[in-house]
Amino acid sequence: MSELSMTSAGARIYGRRRVANFLGLAFSSVSVVIGLVGLLWILWTLASNGLSALTPDFFFKNTPAPGSSGGGMANAIVGSLMIVGFATLISTPIGILAGVYLAEFGKQSRFGVATRFFVDIMLSAPSIVVGLFVFAFAVATVKHFSGWAGSLALSLIAIPVVVRTTENMLNLVPSSLREAAFALGTPRWKVSLAVTLRAVRGGVVTGVLLAVARMIGETAPLLFTALNNQFFSTDMSRPMANLPVVIYNFAMSPYEDWQSLAWGGAALIAIVVLAINIIARVAFSSKAQS
Amino acid sequence: MTSISIDMSKSVTSAGSGSATTPALDAALTVRNLNFYYGKFQGLKDVSLDIARGKVTAFIGPSGCGKSTLLRTFNRMFDLYPGQRAEGQILLNGKNVLAKEQDINLLRAKVGMVFQKPTPFPMTIYENIAFGVRLYESLGQRDMDDRVEWALRKAALWEEVKSKLQQSGLSLSGGQQQRLCIARTVAVKPEVLLLDEPTSALDPISTTKIEELINELKHEYTIAIVTHNMQQAARISDFTAYMYIGELVEFGETNQIFIKPAKQATEDYITGRFG
Repeated sequence: MSELSMTSAGARIYGRRRVANFLGLAFSSVSVVIGLVGLLWILWTLASNGLSALTPDFFFKNTPAPGSSGGGMANAIVGSLMIVGFATLISTPIGILAGVYLAEFGKQSRFGVATRFFVDIMLSAPSIVVGLFVFAFAVATVKHFSGWAGSLALSLIAIPVVVRTTENMLNLVPSSLREAAFALGTPRWKVSLAVTLRAVRGGVVTGVLLAVARMIGETAPLLFTALNNQFFSTDMSRPMANLPVVIYNFAMSPYEDWQSLAWGGAALIAIVVLAINIIARVAFSSKAQS
Repeated sequence: MTSISIDMSKSVTSAGSGSATTPALDAALTVRNLNFYYGKFQGLKDVSLDIARGKVTAFIGPSGCGKSTLLRTFNRMFDLYPGQRAEGQILLNGKNVLAKEQDINLLRAKVGMVFQKPTPFPMTIYENIAFGVRLYESLGQRDMDDRVEWALRKAALWEEVKSKLQQSGLSLSGGQQQRLCIARTVAVKPEVLLLDEPTSALDPISTTKIEELINELKHEYTIAIVTHNMQQAARISDFTAYMYIGELVEFGETNQIFIKPAKQATEDYITGRFG
Protein backbone atom coordinates (compact mmCIF):
# COMPACT_ATOMS: atom_id res chain seq x y z
CA MET A 1 0.00 0.00 0.00
CA SER A 2 1.61 3.24 -1.10
CA GLU A 3 1.23 6.36 0.95
CA LEU A 4 -0.33 9.44 -0.57
CA SER A 5 2.55 11.71 -1.36
CA MET A 6 2.32 15.49 -1.20
CA THR A 7 4.67 18.23 -2.17
CA SER A 8 5.88 20.43 0.68
CA ALA A 9 3.76 23.30 -0.65
CA GLY A 10 0.78 20.99 -0.76
CA ALA A 11 1.44 19.85 2.77
CA ARG A 12 1.52 23.42 3.99
CA ILE A 13 -1.82 24.24 2.35
CA TYR A 14 -3.31 21.09 3.72
CA GLY A 15 -2.00 21.86 7.18
CA ARG A 16 -3.49 25.34 7.06
CA ARG A 17 -6.81 23.89 5.99
CA ARG A 18 -6.86 21.52 8.88
CA VAL A 19 -6.23 24.35 11.31
CA ALA A 20 -8.96 26.48 9.73
CA ASN A 21 -11.33 23.55 9.88
CA PHE A 22 -10.60 22.99 13.53
CA LEU A 23 -10.99 26.67 14.41
CA GLY A 24 -14.27 26.89 12.51
CA LEU A 25 -15.66 23.86 14.29
CA ALA A 26 -14.42 25.13 17.63
CA PHE A 27 -16.03 28.55 17.27
CA SER A 28 -19.34 27.11 16.06
CA SER A 29 -19.45 24.65 18.91
CA VAL A 30 -18.67 27.33 21.48
CA SER A 31 -21.42 29.54 20.03
CA VAL A 32 -23.92 26.70 20.23
CA VAL A 33 -22.95 26.02 23.80
CA ILE A 34 -23.26 29.67 24.77
CA GLY A 35 -26.68 29.90 23.12
CA LEU A 36 -27.89 26.69 24.72
CA VAL A 37 -26.53 27.58 28.12
CA GLY A 38 -28.30 30.91 27.97
CA LEU A 39 -31.58 29.31 26.95
CA LEU A 40 -31.36 26.56 29.53
CA TRP A 41 -30.45 29.06 32.23
CA ILE A 42 -33.54 31.11 31.49
CA LEU A 43 -35.76 28.05 31.45
CA TRP A 44 -34.22 26.76 34.65
CA THR A 45 -34.73 30.10 36.43
CA LEU A 46 -38.32 30.29 35.27
CA ALA A 47 -38.97 26.73 36.32
CA SER A 48 -37.36 26.95 39.73
CA ASN A 49 -38.99 30.25 40.62
CA GLY A 50 -42.25 29.96 38.83
CA LEU A 51 -43.44 26.37 38.79
CA SER A 52 -44.07 26.41 42.51
CA ALA A 53 -46.50 29.29 42.02
CA LEU A 54 -48.66 27.37 39.55
CA THR A 55 -51.18 26.14 42.08
CA PRO A 56 -54.91 25.70 41.44
CA ASP A 57 -55.38 29.03 43.22
CA PHE A 58 -53.20 30.60 40.59
CA PHE A 59 -55.68 29.67 37.91
CA PHE A 60 -58.90 30.35 39.72
CA LYS A 61 -58.39 33.33 42.03
CA ASN A 62 -58.15 36.90 40.91
CA THR A 63 -55.22 39.21 41.44
CA PRO A 64 -54.91 40.21 45.09
CA ALA A 65 -55.16 43.79 46.37
CA PRO A 66 -51.93 45.46 47.55
CA GLY A 67 -50.88 44.06 50.87
CA SER A 68 -53.19 41.09 50.91
CA SER A 69 -51.83 37.63 50.42
CA GLY A 70 -53.05 34.71 48.39
CA GLY A 71 -54.94 35.26 45.20
CA GLY A 72 -54.01 34.18 41.72
CA MET A 73 -53.99 35.31 38.12
CA ALA A 74 -57.35 34.13 36.90
CA ASN A 75 -58.50 37.50 35.59
CA ALA A 76 -55.15 38.05 33.87
CA ILE A 77 -55.24 34.64 32.22
CA VAL A 78 -58.77 35.06 30.96
CA GLY A 79 -58.01 38.61 29.89
CA SER A 80 -54.97 37.52 27.92
CA LEU A 81 -56.93 34.72 26.30
CA MET A 82 -59.62 37.12 25.16
CA ILE A 83 -57.31 39.88 23.96
CA VAL A 84 -55.00 37.50 22.10
CA GLY A 85 -57.99 35.52 20.82
CA PHE A 86 -59.64 38.50 19.22
CA ALA A 87 -56.32 39.77 17.90
CA THR A 88 -55.80 36.41 16.20
CA LEU A 89 -59.28 36.56 14.66
CA ILE A 90 -58.52 40.00 13.26
CA SER A 91 -54.98 39.42 12.06
CA THR A 92 -55.25 35.95 10.53
CA PRO A 93 -57.59 36.66 7.59
CA ILE A 94 -56.02 40.02 6.85
CA GLY A 95 -52.50 38.60 7.02
CA ILE A 96 -53.20 35.53 4.90
CA LEU A 97 -55.06 37.44 2.19
CA ALA A 98 -52.36 40.09 2.06
CA GLY A 99 -49.74 37.35 1.78
CA VAL A 100 -51.69 35.74 -1.06
CA TYR A 101 -51.92 39.07 -2.83
CA LEU A 102 -48.19 39.74 -2.52
CA ALA A 103 -47.17 36.30 -3.73
CA GLU A 104 -49.73 35.73 -6.49
CA PHE A 105 -50.64 39.15 -7.81
CA GLY A 106 -48.23 41.70 -6.49
CA LYS A 107 -44.91 40.40 -7.68
CA GLN A 108 -44.15 43.32 -9.91
CA SER A 109 -46.88 45.86 -9.39
CA ARG A 110 -45.92 49.09 -7.66
CA PHE A 111 -48.61 48.55 -5.09
CA GLY A 112 -47.13 45.15 -4.30
CA VAL A 113 -43.63 46.52 -3.93
CA ALA A 114 -44.86 49.31 -1.65
CA THR A 115 -46.90 46.91 0.46
CA ARG A 116 -43.98 44.56 0.92
CA PHE A 117 -41.82 47.49 1.99
CA PHE A 118 -44.31 48.64 4.59
CA VAL A 119 -44.80 45.11 5.90
CA ASP A 120 -41.04 44.85 6.38
CA ILE A 121 -41.04 48.10 8.32
CA MET A 122 -43.95 47.03 10.47
CA LEU A 123 -42.24 43.74 11.15
CA SER A 124 -39.44 45.53 12.94
CA ALA A 125 -41.46 48.38 14.42
CA PRO A 126 -40.83 48.71 18.16
CA SER A 127 -43.87 47.35 19.93
CA ILE A 128 -44.06 50.37 22.21
CA VAL A 129 -44.44 52.61 19.20
CA VAL A 130 -47.33 50.47 18.02
CA GLY A 131 -48.84 50.73 21.48
CA LEU A 132 -48.53 54.50 21.51
CA PHE A 133 -50.11 54.75 18.09
CA VAL A 134 -53.12 52.72 19.17
CA PHE A 135 -53.27 54.78 22.35
CA ALA A 136 -53.60 57.97 20.36
CA PHE A 137 -56.00 56.37 17.92
CA ALA A 138 -58.29 54.23 20.05
CA VAL A 139 -57.82 55.23 23.66
CA ALA A 140 -57.29 58.97 23.84
CA THR A 141 -60.13 59.53 21.41
CA VAL A 142 -62.66 57.74 23.56
CA LYS A 143 -60.95 58.65 26.80
CA HIS A 144 -60.77 55.18 28.26
CA PHE A 145 -58.67 52.09 27.99
CA SER A 146 -60.18 48.94 26.54
CA GLY A 147 -59.53 45.33 25.67
CA TRP A 148 -60.38 46.14 22.05
CA ALA A 149 -57.55 48.64 21.86
CA GLY A 150 -55.27 45.95 23.22
CA SER A 151 -56.40 43.50 20.56
CA LEU A 152 -55.91 46.13 17.90
CA ALA A 153 -52.36 46.81 19.02
CA LEU A 154 -51.52 43.10 19.07
CA SER A 155 -52.97 42.56 15.60
CA LEU A 156 -50.82 45.35 14.22
CA ILE A 157 -47.85 43.38 15.50
CA ALA A 158 -49.08 40.01 14.28
CA ILE A 159 -50.25 40.95 10.78
CA PRO A 160 -46.77 41.53 9.30
CA VAL A 161 -45.62 38.17 10.68
CA VAL A 162 -48.52 36.31 9.06
CA VAL A 163 -48.10 38.21 5.77
CA ARG A 164 -44.41 37.37 5.62
CA THR A 165 -44.81 33.68 6.41
CA THR A 166 -47.72 33.27 4.01
CA GLU A 167 -45.87 35.02 1.20
CA ASN A 168 -42.71 32.99 1.78
CA MET A 169 -44.61 29.71 1.83
CA LEU A 170 -46.50 30.58 -1.36
CA ASN A 171 -43.27 31.48 -3.12
CA LEU A 172 -42.10 27.94 -2.47
CA VAL A 173 -44.91 26.47 -4.54
CA PRO A 174 -43.46 25.42 -7.91
CA SER A 175 -44.90 27.20 -10.90
CA SER A 176 -45.68 23.80 -12.41
CA LEU A 177 -48.51 23.36 -9.92
CA ARG A 178 -49.98 26.73 -10.80
CA GLU A 179 -49.64 26.02 -14.51
CA ALA A 180 -51.43 22.70 -14.09
CA ALA A 181 -54.36 24.51 -12.49
CA PHE A 182 -54.39 27.20 -15.16
CA ALA A 183 -54.28 24.54 -17.87
CA LEU A 184 -57.70 23.33 -16.71
CA GLY A 185 -59.15 26.77 -17.29
CA THR A 186 -59.19 27.75 -13.62
CA PRO A 187 -59.68 31.47 -13.03
CA ARG A 188 -56.79 33.20 -11.34
CA TRP A 189 -58.33 33.82 -7.95
CA LYS A 190 -59.29 30.19 -7.70
CA VAL A 191 -55.80 29.01 -8.59
CA SER A 192 -54.45 31.18 -5.78
CA LEU A 193 -56.91 30.19 -3.08
CA ALA A 194 -58.02 26.67 -3.92
CA VAL A 195 -54.76 25.24 -5.23
CA THR A 196 -51.67 27.23 -4.31
CA LEU A 197 -52.74 28.28 -0.81
CA ARG A 198 -54.03 24.81 -0.16
CA ALA A 199 -50.67 23.35 -1.07
CA VAL A 200 -48.97 25.24 1.74
CA ARG A 201 -51.72 25.26 4.35
CA GLY A 202 -49.44 23.55 6.88
CA GLY A 203 -46.83 26.27 6.60
CA VAL A 204 -49.42 29.03 6.75
CA VAL A 205 -50.91 27.57 9.93
CA THR A 206 -47.43 27.42 11.41
CA GLY A 207 -46.99 31.10 10.61
CA VAL A 208 -50.23 31.94 12.38
CA LEU A 209 -49.25 29.87 15.42
CA LEU A 210 -45.91 31.63 15.64
CA ALA A 211 -47.66 34.99 15.43
CA VAL A 212 -49.92 33.92 18.30
CA ALA A 213 -46.90 32.85 20.32
CA ARG A 214 -45.42 36.28 19.82
CA MET A 215 -48.61 38.10 20.75
CA ILE A 216 -48.91 36.23 24.05
CA GLY A 217 -45.73 37.73 25.41
CA GLU A 218 -45.98 41.30 24.14
CA THR A 219 -46.17 43.78 27.01
CA ALA A 220 -45.48 47.28 25.72
CA PRO A 221 -48.49 47.53 23.40
CA LEU A 222 -50.83 46.52 26.19
CA LEU A 223 -49.42 49.02 28.67
CA PHE A 224 -51.36 51.91 27.24
CA THR A 225 -54.19 50.15 25.53
CA ALA A 226 -55.72 47.47 27.68
CA LEU A 227 -53.98 48.76 30.80
CA ASN A 228 -54.94 46.44 33.60
CA ASN A 229 -57.87 45.51 35.74
CA GLN A 230 -57.74 44.37 39.33
CA PHE A 231 -61.00 42.51 39.04
CA PHE A 232 -62.36 39.79 36.88
CA SER A 233 -63.91 41.22 33.74
CA THR A 234 -64.91 39.97 30.34
CA ASP A 235 -65.93 43.38 29.07
CA MET A 236 -63.63 44.13 26.18
CA SER A 237 -64.67 47.77 26.05
CA ARG A 238 -63.14 48.45 29.46
CA PRO A 239 -59.61 48.01 30.79
CA MET A 240 -58.73 44.36 30.94
CA ALA A 241 -56.29 42.38 33.01
CA ASN A 242 -53.62 40.56 31.07
CA LEU A 243 -50.63 38.44 31.97
CA PRO A 244 -47.73 40.52 30.66
CA VAL A 245 -48.82 43.78 32.32
CA VAL A 246 -49.64 42.06 35.60
CA ILE A 247 -46.25 40.38 35.59
CA TYR A 248 -44.66 43.76 34.94
CA ASN A 249 -46.48 45.39 37.84
CA PHE A 250 -46.06 42.52 40.31
CA ALA A 251 -42.39 41.95 39.53
CA MET A 252 -41.53 45.52 40.38
CA SER A 253 -43.53 45.50 43.58
CA PRO A 254 -42.00 45.05 47.04
CA TYR A 255 -44.39 42.26 48.00
CA GLU A 256 -42.98 38.77 47.96
CA ASP A 257 -46.18 36.94 47.14
CA TRP A 258 -46.80 39.34 44.27
CA GLN A 259 -43.32 38.59 42.99
CA SER A 260 -43.93 34.89 43.25
CA LEU A 261 -47.16 35.31 41.28
CA ALA A 262 -45.18 37.21 38.65
CA TRP A 263 -42.73 34.30 38.36
CA GLY A 264 -45.67 31.98 37.96
CA GLY A 265 -47.09 34.11 35.19
CA ALA A 266 -43.75 34.22 33.41
CA ALA A 267 -43.38 30.45 33.69
CA LEU A 268 -46.90 29.98 32.32
CA ILE A 269 -46.19 32.18 29.32
CA ALA A 270 -42.96 30.33 28.64
CA ILE A 271 -44.71 26.96 28.82
CA VAL A 272 -47.50 28.07 26.48
CA VAL A 273 -45.12 29.59 23.94
CA LEU A 274 -42.96 26.45 24.03
CA ALA A 275 -46.03 24.28 23.53
CA ILE A 276 -47.22 26.34 20.56
CA ASN A 277 -43.83 26.13 18.89
CA ILE A 278 -43.65 22.37 19.40
CA ILE A 279 -47.18 21.87 18.09
CA ALA A 280 -46.40 24.05 15.08
CA ARG A 281 -43.34 22.01 14.25
CA VAL A 282 -44.98 18.63 14.77
CA ALA A 283 -48.12 19.57 12.85
CA PHE A 284 -46.14 21.09 10.02
CA SER A 285 -43.81 18.16 9.58
CA SER A 286 -46.57 15.58 9.62
CA LYS A 287 -48.51 17.55 7.02
CA ALA A 288 -45.42 17.88 4.91
CA GLN A 289 -45.07 14.13 4.87
CA SER A 290 -48.64 13.38 3.84
CA MET B 1 -68.27 23.80 -35.74
CA THR B 2 -66.28 24.61 -38.87
CA SER B 3 -63.84 22.04 -40.04
CA ILE B 4 -61.09 22.71 -42.46
CA SER B 5 -60.25 20.12 -45.12
CA ILE B 6 -57.27 20.49 -47.31
CA ASP B 7 -57.25 18.38 -50.41
CA MET B 8 -53.71 17.29 -51.13
CA SER B 9 -52.57 13.97 -52.37
CA LYS B 10 -49.37 13.83 -50.40
CA SER B 11 -47.68 15.70 -47.60
CA VAL B 12 -45.78 18.77 -48.66
CA THR B 13 -42.80 20.33 -47.02
CA SER B 14 -41.36 23.60 -48.14
CA ALA B 15 -37.86 24.87 -47.70
CA GLY B 16 -37.19 27.66 -45.24
CA SER B 17 -40.54 29.01 -44.21
CA GLY B 18 -41.63 25.74 -42.67
CA SER B 19 -45.28 25.33 -43.56
CA ALA B 20 -47.09 22.05 -44.00
CA THR B 21 -50.56 20.79 -44.76
CA THR B 22 -52.07 17.39 -44.16
CA PRO B 23 -53.63 15.27 -46.86
CA ALA B 24 -57.41 15.25 -46.97
CA LEU B 25 -57.84 15.34 -43.21
CA ASP B 26 -59.90 17.37 -40.84
CA ALA B 27 -57.66 19.80 -38.96
CA ALA B 28 -58.50 20.49 -35.33
CA LEU B 29 -55.90 23.22 -34.99
CA THR B 30 -54.62 25.30 -37.85
CA VAL B 31 -51.45 27.29 -37.30
CA ARG B 32 -50.57 30.03 -39.75
CA ASN B 33 -47.47 32.19 -39.71
CA LEU B 34 -46.90 31.88 -36.01
CA ASN B 35 -44.09 33.96 -34.53
CA PHE B 36 -43.28 33.85 -30.83
CA TYR B 37 -41.08 36.13 -28.76
CA TYR B 38 -39.53 35.82 -25.33
CA GLY B 39 -38.91 39.54 -24.92
CA LYS B 40 -36.53 40.29 -27.78
CA PHE B 41 -35.60 36.69 -28.50
CA GLN B 42 -37.64 35.02 -31.21
CA GLY B 43 -38.56 31.50 -30.16
CA LEU B 44 -40.72 30.54 -33.15
CA LYS B 45 -40.21 31.65 -36.72
CA ASP B 46 -43.13 31.70 -39.10
CA VAL B 47 -44.53 28.29 -38.24
CA SER B 48 -47.53 26.96 -40.13
CA LEU B 49 -49.06 23.52 -39.87
CA ASP B 50 -52.29 21.64 -39.27
CA ILE B 51 -52.95 19.34 -36.36
CA ALA B 52 -55.20 16.58 -37.63
CA ARG B 53 -58.33 15.75 -35.67
CA GLY B 54 -58.39 12.37 -33.99
CA LYS B 55 -54.72 11.73 -34.69
CA VAL B 56 -51.50 11.96 -32.71
CA THR B 57 -49.04 14.59 -33.91
CA ALA B 58 -45.57 14.40 -32.42
CA PHE B 59 -43.06 17.23 -32.21
CA ILE B 60 -39.41 16.26 -32.15
CA GLY B 61 -36.20 18.19 -32.27
CA PRO B 62 -33.14 19.06 -30.17
CA SER B 63 -33.39 21.07 -26.93
CA GLY B 64 -34.36 24.66 -27.47
CA CYS B 65 -35.89 24.12 -30.88
CA GLY B 66 -39.23 25.52 -29.83
CA LYS B 67 -41.41 22.43 -29.60
CA SER B 68 -42.63 23.13 -26.05
CA THR B 69 -42.97 26.80 -26.94
CA LEU B 70 -45.21 25.85 -29.85
CA LEU B 71 -47.33 23.56 -27.72
CA ARG B 72 -47.79 26.23 -25.11
CA THR B 73 -49.12 28.69 -27.67
CA PHE B 74 -52.04 26.36 -28.35
CA ASN B 75 -53.53 26.94 -24.93
CA ARG B 76 -52.00 30.37 -24.38
CA MET B 77 -49.99 29.28 -21.41
CA PHE B 78 -47.52 32.01 -22.25
CA ASP B 79 -50.10 34.62 -21.20
CA LEU B 80 -49.13 33.93 -17.63
CA TYR B 81 -45.77 35.51 -18.20
CA PRO B 82 -45.43 39.14 -19.20
CA GLY B 83 -42.85 39.65 -21.90
CA GLN B 84 -43.89 36.55 -23.86
CA ARG B 85 -46.03 37.19 -26.89
CA ALA B 86 -47.28 35.44 -29.99
CA GLU B 87 -48.14 36.83 -33.41
CA GLY B 88 -49.98 35.01 -36.11
CA GLN B 89 -53.01 32.79 -36.18
CA ILE B 90 -54.00 29.62 -34.42
CA LEU B 91 -57.46 28.56 -35.48
CA LEU B 92 -59.50 26.26 -33.32
CA ASN B 93 -62.79 25.50 -35.03
CA GLY B 94 -62.25 28.51 -37.23
CA LYS B 95 -61.67 31.03 -34.46
CA ASN B 96 -58.28 32.54 -33.79
CA VAL B 97 -57.35 31.68 -30.22
CA LEU B 98 -54.69 34.36 -30.15
CA ALA B 99 -57.31 37.08 -30.55
CA LYS B 100 -57.82 39.42 -27.61
CA GLU B 101 -61.50 38.58 -27.37
CA GLN B 102 -60.83 34.91 -26.80
CA ASP B 103 -61.79 33.82 -23.29
CA ILE B 104 -58.61 32.20 -22.09
CA ASN B 105 -60.16 30.05 -19.41
CA LEU B 106 -62.70 28.63 -21.84
CA LEU B 107 -59.91 27.96 -24.30
CA ARG B 108 -57.95 26.05 -21.69
CA ALA B 109 -61.00 24.00 -20.84
CA LYS B 110 -61.20 22.92 -24.47
CA VAL B 111 -57.49 22.48 -25.01
CA GLY B 112 -56.07 20.51 -22.11
CA MET B 113 -52.44 20.09 -21.19
CA VAL B 114 -50.40 17.51 -19.34
CA PHE B 115 -46.94 18.53 -18.21
CA GLN B 116 -43.63 16.79 -17.90
CA LYS B 117 -43.64 16.79 -14.14
CA PRO B 118 -46.69 15.07 -12.63
CA THR B 119 -48.50 17.75 -10.61
CA PRO B 120 -51.40 16.34 -8.61
CA PHE B 121 -53.25 18.98 -6.65
CA PRO B 122 -52.93 18.86 -2.86
CA MET B 123 -56.34 17.23 -2.54
CA THR B 124 -57.84 13.77 -2.53
CA ILE B 125 -57.75 11.74 -5.74
CA TYR B 126 -61.48 12.27 -6.14
CA GLU B 127 -61.17 16.01 -5.66
CA ASN B 128 -58.30 16.26 -8.11
CA ILE B 129 -60.64 15.11 -10.86
CA ALA B 130 -63.78 16.85 -9.59
CA PHE B 131 -61.98 20.18 -9.31
CA GLY B 132 -61.72 20.78 -13.03
CA VAL B 133 -65.19 19.45 -13.75
CA ARG B 134 -66.77 21.74 -11.17
CA LEU B 135 -65.32 24.80 -12.89
CA TYR B 136 -67.67 24.54 -15.83
CA GLU B 137 -70.36 22.03 -14.99
CA SER B 138 -72.62 21.58 -12.01
CA LEU B 139 -73.14 17.89 -11.50
CA GLY B 140 -75.00 16.16 -8.72
CA GLN B 141 -73.13 13.83 -6.42
CA ARG B 142 -73.88 10.68 -8.37
CA ASP B 143 -73.13 12.26 -11.73
CA MET B 144 -69.84 13.51 -10.36
CA ASP B 145 -68.99 10.06 -9.03
CA ASP B 146 -69.71 8.66 -12.47
CA ARG B 147 -67.57 11.27 -14.17
CA VAL B 148 -64.65 10.65 -11.81
CA GLU B 149 -64.87 6.92 -12.45
CA TRP B 150 -65.12 7.49 -16.19
CA ALA B 151 -62.05 9.72 -16.22
CA LEU B 152 -60.03 7.32 -14.10
CA ARG B 153 -60.99 4.42 -16.34
CA LYS B 154 -59.97 6.42 -19.37
CA ALA B 155 -56.58 6.96 -17.76
CA ALA B 156 -56.26 3.27 -16.92
CA LEU B 157 -56.06 4.17 -13.25
CA TRP B 158 -59.46 3.15 -11.92
CA GLU B 159 -58.57 -0.37 -10.82
CA GLU B 160 -55.56 0.86 -8.87
CA VAL B 161 -57.26 3.68 -6.99
CA LYS B 162 -60.93 2.79 -6.77
CA SER B 163 -60.60 1.79 -3.13
CA LYS B 164 -58.65 4.85 -2.08
CA LEU B 165 -60.33 7.78 -3.75
CA GLN B 166 -60.22 9.78 -0.53
CA GLN B 167 -56.48 9.53 -0.18
CA SER B 168 -54.28 12.40 -1.19
CA GLY B 169 -53.23 12.56 -4.82
CA LEU B 170 -49.68 12.97 -3.61
CA SER B 171 -49.65 9.49 -2.15
CA LEU B 172 -49.48 7.85 -5.58
CA SER B 173 -46.35 6.76 -7.40
CA GLY B 174 -44.89 8.91 -10.19
CA GLY B 175 -46.49 6.96 -13.00
CA GLN B 176 -49.83 6.91 -11.21
CA GLN B 177 -49.62 10.63 -10.55
CA GLN B 178 -49.06 11.30 -14.21
CA ARG B 179 -52.04 9.13 -15.12
CA LEU B 180 -54.03 11.06 -12.53
CA CYS B 181 -53.05 14.27 -14.30
CA ILE B 182 -54.19 12.75 -17.58
CA ALA B 183 -57.48 11.67 -15.98
CA ARG B 184 -57.92 15.17 -14.58
CA THR B 185 -57.38 16.70 -18.01
CA VAL B 186 -59.66 14.22 -19.76
CA ALA B 187 -62.44 14.64 -17.19
CA VAL B 188 -63.35 18.09 -18.47
CA LYS B 189 -63.84 16.61 -21.94
CA PRO B 190 -61.54 18.82 -23.98
CA GLU B 191 -61.25 18.63 -27.73
CA VAL B 192 -57.48 18.67 -27.91
CA LEU B 193 -54.91 17.13 -25.58
CA LEU B 194 -51.46 18.69 -25.40
CA LEU B 195 -48.83 16.44 -23.86
CA ASP B 196 -45.53 18.11 -23.05
CA GLU B 197 -42.98 15.30 -22.63
CA PRO B 198 -45.43 13.36 -20.46
CA THR B 199 -43.19 10.36 -19.88
CA SER B 200 -39.70 11.82 -19.61
CA ALA B 201 -39.87 11.86 -15.81
CA LEU B 202 -41.20 8.29 -15.58
CA ASP B 203 -39.80 4.77 -15.50
CA PRO B 204 -40.10 2.52 -18.57
CA ILE B 205 -43.07 0.54 -17.31
CA SER B 206 -45.13 3.65 -16.57
CA THR B 207 -44.02 5.03 -19.93
CA THR B 208 -45.38 1.98 -21.70
CA LYS B 209 -48.67 2.24 -19.85
CA ILE B 210 -49.05 5.84 -20.83
CA GLU B 211 -48.16 5.16 -24.44
CA GLU B 212 -50.89 2.52 -24.53
CA LEU B 213 -53.17 5.11 -23.03
CA ILE B 214 -52.38 7.58 -25.77
CA ASN B 215 -53.19 4.97 -28.37
CA GLU B 216 -56.57 4.46 -26.74
CA LEU B 217 -57.32 8.13 -26.29
CA LYS B 218 -56.57 9.20 -29.83
CA HIS B 219 -59.81 7.67 -31.05
CA GLU B 220 -61.71 10.42 -29.24
CA TYR B 221 -59.25 13.25 -28.85
CA THR B 222 -56.82 15.15 -30.98
CA ILE B 223 -53.41 14.74 -29.42
CA ALA B 224 -50.26 16.80 -29.83
CA ILE B 225 -47.23 15.43 -28.03
CA VAL B 226 -43.77 16.86 -27.55
CA THR B 227 -41.13 14.26 -26.99
CA HIS B 228 -37.38 13.99 -26.76
CA ASN B 229 -37.64 10.31 -27.41
CA MET B 230 -37.70 9.62 -31.11
CA GLN B 231 -38.59 6.00 -30.68
CA GLN B 232 -41.63 7.09 -28.75
CA ALA B 233 -42.61 9.46 -31.55
CA ALA B 234 -42.20 6.66 -34.05
CA ARG B 235 -44.24 4.29 -31.89
CA ILE B 236 -47.30 6.30 -31.15
CA SER B 237 -47.74 9.17 -33.57
CA ASP B 238 -49.50 9.44 -36.90
CA PHE B 239 -47.80 12.67 -37.92
CA THR B 240 -44.43 14.03 -36.92
CA ALA B 241 -43.04 17.54 -37.04
CA TYR B 242 -39.30 18.08 -36.86
CA MET B 243 -38.29 21.45 -35.50
CA TYR B 244 -34.94 23.15 -35.28
CA ILE B 245 -34.11 26.53 -33.73
CA GLY B 246 -37.64 27.84 -33.86
CA GLU B 247 -38.42 26.68 -37.37
CA LEU B 248 -40.57 23.86 -38.61
CA VAL B 249 -38.15 21.97 -40.80
CA GLU B 250 -40.30 19.08 -41.92
CA PHE B 251 -43.78 17.79 -41.26
CA GLY B 252 -45.49 14.69 -42.56
CA GLU B 253 -46.76 11.23 -41.82
CA THR B 254 -44.65 9.48 -39.24
CA ASN B 255 -43.84 6.51 -41.41
CA GLN B 256 -42.57 8.72 -44.13
CA ILE B 257 -40.56 10.99 -41.87
CA PHE B 258 -38.79 8.14 -40.15
CA ILE B 259 -38.20 5.94 -43.15
CA LYS B 260 -37.53 8.38 -45.90
CA PRO B 261 -37.41 12.00 -44.75
CA ALA B 262 -37.48 14.60 -47.47
CA LYS B 263 -34.75 16.74 -45.98
CA GLN B 264 -31.16 15.95 -45.10
CA ALA B 265 -31.43 17.91 -41.85
CA THR B 266 -34.29 15.71 -40.71
CA GLU B 267 -32.44 12.58 -41.63
CA ASP B 268 -29.36 13.75 -39.74
CA TYR B 269 -31.36 14.30 -36.60
CA ILE B 270 -33.28 11.06 -36.81
CA THR B 271 -30.23 8.96 -37.41
CA GLY B 272 -28.53 10.65 -34.49
CA ARG B 273 -25.84 12.35 -36.43
CA PHE B 274 -26.42 15.37 -34.21
CA GLY B 275 -28.67 16.52 -31.39
